[in-house]
Amino acid sequence: MSTDNQTEGKASVSLHDLFLQFLIIGSVSFGGGIIAYERILLIDKRKWLSPDEFMGYLAISQTMPGLNSVNLAVLAGDHLRGFWGAVSASLGLILPGSLFVLLIGIAYTNNNDHPLANLFLTGIAAGACGLLAAITYRIGDQHWRHLKSVIIIAFTFGLMSIAKLSLPLVLLIMAPISIYLYRPNP
Amino acid sequence: MSLLVQLALTFGLLSILAVGGGTSVLPEMQSLLAQQFDIAQTEFVRIYSIGQVAPGPNMLMVLIIGFKVAGLIGAGVVSLAFFLPSSILCFYAGRLWSHFAQNPWRRTVQNALEPISIGLMSSGVYAVAKASIVNPMTLVLALCTVYFILRTKINPVFVILGSGLAFYLFSRFLMPS
Repeated sequence: MSTDNQTEGKASVSLHDLFLQFLIIGSVSFGGGIIAYERILLIDKRKWLSPDEFMGYLAISQTMPGLNSVNLAVLAGDHLRGFWGAVSASLGLILPGSLFVLLIGIAYTNNNDHPLANLFLTGIAAGACGLLAAITYRIGDQHWRHLKSVIIIAFTFGLMSIAKLSLPLVLLIMAPISIYLYRPNP
Repeated sequence: MSLLVQLALTFGLLSILAVGGGTSVLPEMQSLLAQQFDIAQTEFVRIYSIGQVAPGPNMLMVLIIGFKVAGLIGAGVVSLAFFLPSSILCFYAGRLWSHFAQNPWRRTVQNALEPISIGLMSSGVYAVAKASIVNPMTLVLALCTVYFILRTKINPVFVILGSGLAFYLFSRFLMPS
């Protein structure tokens, strides 16, 4: 079931570490931008994925239904330690926030106004936005320097954010165009 | 018991429909919840904003809904129903992807998807920016964060916490109202 590139050299990744690292991400990612943290973990911190492998999994995470961050955890976990890797990574990611959300949700059933906290959270949200922007820039890498890719990026952005088409529709339009543009030369 | 089944079916369905993340099914979720579980819009929005500040994936707020409807067991059912179907699909998509590792067309497909992927991420940044950049100070903080992330080795968590602190200090002491 696992292909060679999934198992070679990856047996050194312990399920415990996998779980723990994603647990950390799940705990500190206030304000959002989880994909950014995942990229930092997988490529920089632990070097579990090459940038190229990451891009492949990112694309799958975005096109398949479900939350991108959870999908990414499933894919990375599977890549590293198969089924149990996928379980460990996604569980680690989800657990802290689940606890947080239940505690806060129970505690603040009717009262929502905490001006102090709101100020802090506003700043955090702004920071998380910056983080996501920074990592998107980093992910883009060479793609920002070539007209072909910039045009595709721009059109995808335009269809999603300006024309506000649904994702399946955007993919239906952009994927064939992009595949044609990136076809291997005969 | 049938309440749990309803929860499971509702969120299981939303899981499969949520192509591109949870936000794509937010309107659908809201109307389903209003219909089936009598959850008002204001309530829904409040629960959503709790989910936004919580660490981790932003759709964890659905657990609160499960809890409201059927206690802890409801929360458990919702988490399984909302996360399992899409995760299983994604898992097998990943396996399929690996299966074609040696196929030259996989390279072409990935090359073609990469700029689209970046475009989608850019859309995400735009959506987040619309919600979080609400005044000049937040814009300054976001830009500073970009700088610190790209140009320094400071742990991103500290940068973001710093951003929160900065805004709090700024609002409290520099801009009395």
